[in-house]
Amino acid sequence: MAKKHGDTSEETTGHEWDGIAELNKPLPKWWLYTFYACIIWAIGYWILYPAWPLVSGYTKGYLGYSQRERVAEDLAQAKAAQATYRDKIASSDLKAIEADPQLLSFALAGGAAAFGDNCAPCHGRGAQGAFGYPNLRDDVWLWGGSLDAIHQTIQHGIRSGDPEMRNTQMPAFGKLGMLKPEQVNDVAEYVLSLSGNADDQAAAGRGATIFAANCSPCHGKDGKGNQALGAPNLTDELWLYGGDKATVIETITNSRGGVMPAWTGRLDPATIKELAIYVHSLGGGQ
Amino acid sequence: MAMAEVQERPSAPVGRRNGNRAPMNTAPSVTASDTPAAGGEKTSLYAGRTKVYPKEAHGTFRTIKWIVMAVTLGIYYFVPWIRWDRGPYLPDQAVLIDFPSRRFYFFFLEIWPQEFYYVTGLLVLAALGLFLVTSIAGRVWCGYTCPQTVWTDLMIAVERFWQGDRNARLRLDKHPWAGETLWKKGATHLTWLLIAIATGGAWVFYFADAPTLAHQFLTFQAPTVAYLFVGLFAASTYVLGGIAREQVCIYMCPWPRIQGAMFDRDSLLISYRAWRGEPRGPHKTGQSWDGRGDCVDCRQCVAVCPTGIDIRNGPQLECIQCALCIDACDEIMIKVERPTGLIAYDTVRNLEVGDKAAEPVKIVRPRVILYAAAIAVVSAIMLVALMLRPDLDVSVLHDRNPLYVKLSDGGVRNGFTIKLLNKLYTPRAYKVSVEGLPGAKLDMIGHEDAVVPVPPDNLQSVTVYVTLDKAGVKALTQTATEFEFVITDVASGATLEHDATFQGPLR
Repeated sequence: MAKKHGDTSEETTGHEWDGIAELNKPLPKWWLYTFYACIIWAIGYWILYPAWPLVSGYTKGYLGYSQRERVAEDLAQAKAAQATYRDKIASSDLKAIEADPQLLSFALAGGAAAFGDNCAPCHGRGAQGAFGYPNLRDDVWLWGGSLDAIHQTIQHGIRSGDPEMRNTQMPAFGKLGMLKPEQVNDVAEYVLSLSGNADDQAAAGRGATIFAANCSPCHGKDGKGNQALGAPNLTDELWLYGGDKATVIETITNSRGGVMPAWTGRLDPATIKELAIYVHSLGGGQ
Repeated sequence: MAMAEVQERPSAPVGRRNGNRAPMNTAPSVTASDTPAAGGEKTSLYAGRTKVYPKEAHGTFRTIKWIVMAVTLGIYYFVPWIRWDRGPYLPDQAVLIDFPSRRFYFFFLEIWPQEFYYVTGLLVLAALGLFLVTSIAGRVWCGYTCPQTVWTDLMIAVERFWQGDRNARLRLDKHPWAGETLWKKGATHLTWLLIAIATGGAWVFYFADAPTLAHQFLTFQAPTVAYLFVGLFAASTYVLGGIAREQVCIYMCPWPRIQGAMFDRDSLLISYRAWRGEPRGPHKTGQSWDGRGDCVDCRQCVAVCPTGIDIRNGPQLECIQCALCIDACDEIMIKVERPTGLIAYDTVRNLEVGDKAAEPVKIVRPRVILYAAAIAVVSAIMLVALMLRPDLDVSVLHDRNPLYVKLSDGGVRNGFTIKLLNKLYTPRAYKVSVEGLPGAKLDMIGHEDAVVPVPPDNLQSVTVYVTLDKAGVKALTQTATEFEFVITDVASGATLEHDATFQGPLR
């Protein structure tokens, strides 16, 4: 007969430590059977689904289920669901897309995603730019900030090798010996004077003539630049490579010229349009 | 050693004999279930199920339970069919959990996902209500309104309808599934299944327009997930309510374990008044009642118990306090012409003193006051939050990358994402403007004149740029300047202000 506990007269498990006995509170049998059923379920699961890691690969399971394939299917489905909008974007011109609120919000969302994937490495995640890579949120555009100009730049790139690329080259005035170092210094001083930052007015005065002879064909007589040539405005407060004198001297000596790839061929036309609309919406669009 | 002690205590005190369901007319401590392995010390750690055959009770509490069952099942099955007009743009179902558009509709209330704290508040209230009721009158929830109890009660009623009462069912179970047993049991299980399917069916109507879904469901055009959930809930109802029954309360539910902390000596619990009932024993008509208790040991309280326990053993984990033993005992007491209430709602304090000084029950106690106060506070907070809820919600998100953009003329621009939530059931339009930032210019992408149309019961997100020219930037005194966005309802002219900051370069 099983042991009983004195105070409760309940059956004990027979375990006793220092006079403390363990009452037998039996688990219902169906709970035990549920546990066995779970084990059998697990075995069925191993057979039907991917389960065990092997040295290279894993057991695939009888049903051939694969999360990776599922994701690919889902992505294809999502793409198909987007198709109506994307077809519309591909066939509409940019102004028409901007005028249609539904297309616009679709294009902005798609453009933001494409920007993060393709443009952010140089221009920054927030399109805020970096040294040598233009900030796309401000109101300064080397090649034009209209929707069409931005679209053109993204399609064909800058100095990219594309037949229709944006392409000009500033001469390396100092390096090629076109200007002597003191001339470079003078013209740098003049360039700084255009935005009211010159220290040496005499040098700036001497630089004016050098500027008129060498720089004005591209940057303009008044230094306000020329978007057709990608020549920056030298009179404003923003500098792509820095506006201190040493940097300006380095720019004149060695020249500058950023490169941006042509995205035609890498991205489909609808995505490029979405990107143009997105960049145009960042605050600087003209 | 332990053995010897048992022998010395032939009748253990009433109240501590869990799990002992064998007849108790012999020495209560030594019963058949206690002797599995004679001589050997091995005892099984697993217990087979002792099937319970609850007998039908008649009386006050049984009537209350029928009414509660009708009301709760009625609410469950019919609420999705109540209509509630919300205008042409929104669903007209009074109670609807709309997952695709992420809304919870409850009559006049509509809860957006970010307002889910209302549901949290409701859950807090439900928990506190449970604590309050439990500290006053024990497991009222378990005994009357818990879905497990209600559906089990329904399933037992069905079983009784087809197979007869306790004795008939006991007899049926002695026969194999053939002939009478087969059709009676078959009919029972079939009815259970139908009830289970109806239960699962009602559940899905809370998540979609009920008439539409009902039509789709019957024409086999409903979404697969609807069939899946009907199947899932039908299976749980059938298994838990029809088959598992008291096993759910005893082995699965955590509440019996928690409730011990909610009772005190003044809680009204269903109790056997041992001071009146003992010593118990059979009684013949005409015999004297002197020197003996009122309990005639008829075991009717055990026969009606849905969890198969003996209430005379005192408070037990298995007891869901459904009060059916009160009805059963009262019926017998009337027959033997003794006062009713041998089993009744009573407090531990009263049980201890017996009939000598039955004090009035103290319902208002610190614990009860505390729970009631907590309920009042939470309700008040929820009510105030609900009444102050605006029908236009605005959130302003400052661009973080970059914080500001320098412009060629020395000006500075800040970007914001403004979200406008229109909680009304009609389309509205809002004009966004800037206040408190002299010289500020506002541009909005995609909307002319900064007027934003917002669809009914929806959200519109817009990108806004605020620009200060060089003079404006020079006038700033700090890197983060506070200003306000003013949102004007174009139709009504009502305005709402929202704080924002203008970020500028360090100076």
